[in-house]
Amino acid sequence: MGRRERPYHPLIELTIARLLEFVREPEAVFWVIVFPLVLALALGIAFRTKGDEPVYVGVIEAAGRAEVSAVLTKAPGIQARVVARDRADLALRDGEVQVIVLPGTPPTYRFDPARPESKLARLAVDAALQRAAGRADRFTAGEETIETVGARYIDWLIPGLLGMNIMGTGMWSIGFSVVFARTRRVLKRLAATPMSRRDYLLAQMLARLVFLGLEVGALLGFAALAFSVPIRGSLWTLTGVVLLGALAFGGLGLLVASRARTIEAASGWMNFSMLPMWVVSGVFFSSAHFPAPMQPFIHALPLTALNDALRAVMLDGATAREVWAEAAILGAWAVASFSISLRIFRWK
Amino acid sequence: MPLVGAPDTGRAAAVVCRGLQKRYGDVVAVAGLDLEVRAGECFGLLGPNGAGKTTTIEILEGLLKQDAGDVEVLGLRWGTDDRALHQRLGIQLQDTQLQEKLSVEEVVRLFRSFYRRGPSVGDVLRMVELESKRRSWVGKLSGGQKQRLAVACALVNEPDLLFLDEPTTGLDPQSRRQLWSLLDRFRADGGTIVLTTHYMDEAQTLCDRVAIMDQGRIIALGTPRELISSLGAEHAVEFAVDRGAEVSTSLLAQLPGVTDARVDAGTVRLRVTEPHVVIPALLLELERQRLQLSQLATHQATLEDVFVAHTGRHLRDG
Repeated sequence: MGRRERPYHPLIELTIARLLEFVREPEAVFWVIVFPLVLALALGIAFRTKGDEPVYVGVIEAAGRAEVSAVLTKAPGIQARVVARDRADLALRDGEVQVIVLPGTPPTYRFDPARPESKLARLAVDAALQRAAGRADRFTAGEETIETVGARYIDWLIPGLLGMNIMGTGMWSIGFSVVFARTRRVLKRLAATPMSRRDYLLAQMLARLVFLGLEVGALLGFAALAFSVPIRGSLWTLTGVVLLGALAFGGLGLLVASRARTIEAASGWMNFSMLPMWVVSGVFFSSAHFPAPMQPFIHALPLTALNDALRAVMLDGATAREVWAEAAILGAWAVASFSISLRIFRWK
Repeated sequence: MPLVGAPDTGRAAAVVCRGLQKRYGDVVAVAGLDLEVRAGECFGLLGPNGAGKTTTIEILEGLLKQDAGDVEVLGLRWGTDDRALHQRLGIQLQDTQLQEKLSVEEVVRLFRSFYRRGPSVGDVLRMVELESKRRSWVGKLSGGQKQRLAVACALVNEPDLLFLDEPTTGLDPQSRRQLWSLLDRFRADGGTIVLTTHYMDEAQTLCDRVAIMDQGRIIALGTPRELISSLGAEHAVEFAVDRGAEVSTSLLAQLPGVTDARVDAGTVRLRVTEPHVVIPALLLELERQRLQLSQLATHQATLEDVFVAHTGRHLRDG
């Protein structure tokens, strides 16, 4: 900032002030830019396409275990090992094995039906043992495996991470800076000037948008380079969706911070409002898993709308017209949260 | 309770308030306050912590709403003329903290942007002698520099009326004098100041008129000179005797020229009209009582003595 004697419009000066405060806080920059990249990398490695993953089977140390182990070891796609009887449940719980076989005539399968991979393992084990016992296959089906860019879990995950990140940094950065200014009574001092209160709140959101490009660009660039995640829709549509999302969560951040007197209180409200969305809004797993009566509420949440729109644009190449419903939901959240904040904001 | 110095109705009033009341739950912060500040004067609210000074000044600044009473600032009212009032007032809050990570000029420029008229950023910094700190972050400034910056933010609009809440609390003597001369220059340009302080010397140095507050009320009002002479004794004699021996204050009070005698933490305070008459008489009296002086001092009566005379307490006692 040079020796500028004439100030700009208060809205611009407030935005500049907020930006300067932000970039002079190295931790804040780390959390906004670096953290999402680290998270994407970690998750990308954890969920990378692993090719043909075998099923893991434990055979209990009992009479007949040698025959069972021999059959399973020969079967394709099965990794069998012998497990002590008292260790069996533990191995199952920790995911070391997905199903336990107790040899006998007939054998017994022990597994957790709530785990999809356990059910899968049970079927594979059963087929192998049945075949060994003499069952003949009536036919051998042909197989086509999918390994297409755009249909993998990582492709589905990255838009969700992006949405989660827009939510998290939007709410934390705005919420914290506002509450910090309140505890230090900067807000009270500003309230004693002719400053328009709307300008102040708007500046918080505008300053946020400046860094958004960097944050989103870093994450998407990284996803494209490291995992070849595609962006099939137009960049303009994607930018529009991201902007609307940032405004919605900026508004929510203001709303959550509009009355809080301490950083602790604000943190509590932040977590309280974000946690449900982490769970139901389809960041890590599809929100379709939740019961039908909950679906209207889930779809009205801003993070669901943002994630759905991001996935539609990035993966399905949706146009602006095809995501208008999500855009409208985000816009409504932005306008409503901003106007309520302005009304109930605590300046002292 | 004598209220000296009735408002001079000949000059325009910068602040008028009548029957001002404010309570926080059961605590009465301001208990029916009448006040009139003339344009161009420096008016001080003097009192201990908790006297209601900050509550009063924040009501005048429009930051708090009174429970009862009438307030007029520059002929305008809070609630209807807020925009116009904000443009014309300069406000420094008690221990204002500004954005620590912004530089001095960035803060001043931000505040300047809120006002329609006023000096340039550089002029404001020259006024408060912070040009050399232009690029420094607020968080790195000394206490005195921070306070001058707070005043700079209050001066960016060339205010007609400047409110200062304890402007020099916690500052070293040099910083205080620096701030005082800054306020003198503002006065010289015709500005009006309302300030609160619990430093009697500050009130005596800066203020044309002083209202002494205690427990939400004004207990004395007038020029520092008037208030001190209202004691009827413009000097104070303080002494202590060896071994904390008992001194009879009633006997001392009968000495010629003594108007009041009190003992306070082993120190005897006499209010006297003529020290050169009282001191020889005092020495004779102490000799008669066979008491040895361990300390003796005289000073001109101050506003502190006025406060003590009205409340029996010291300003610092809180």
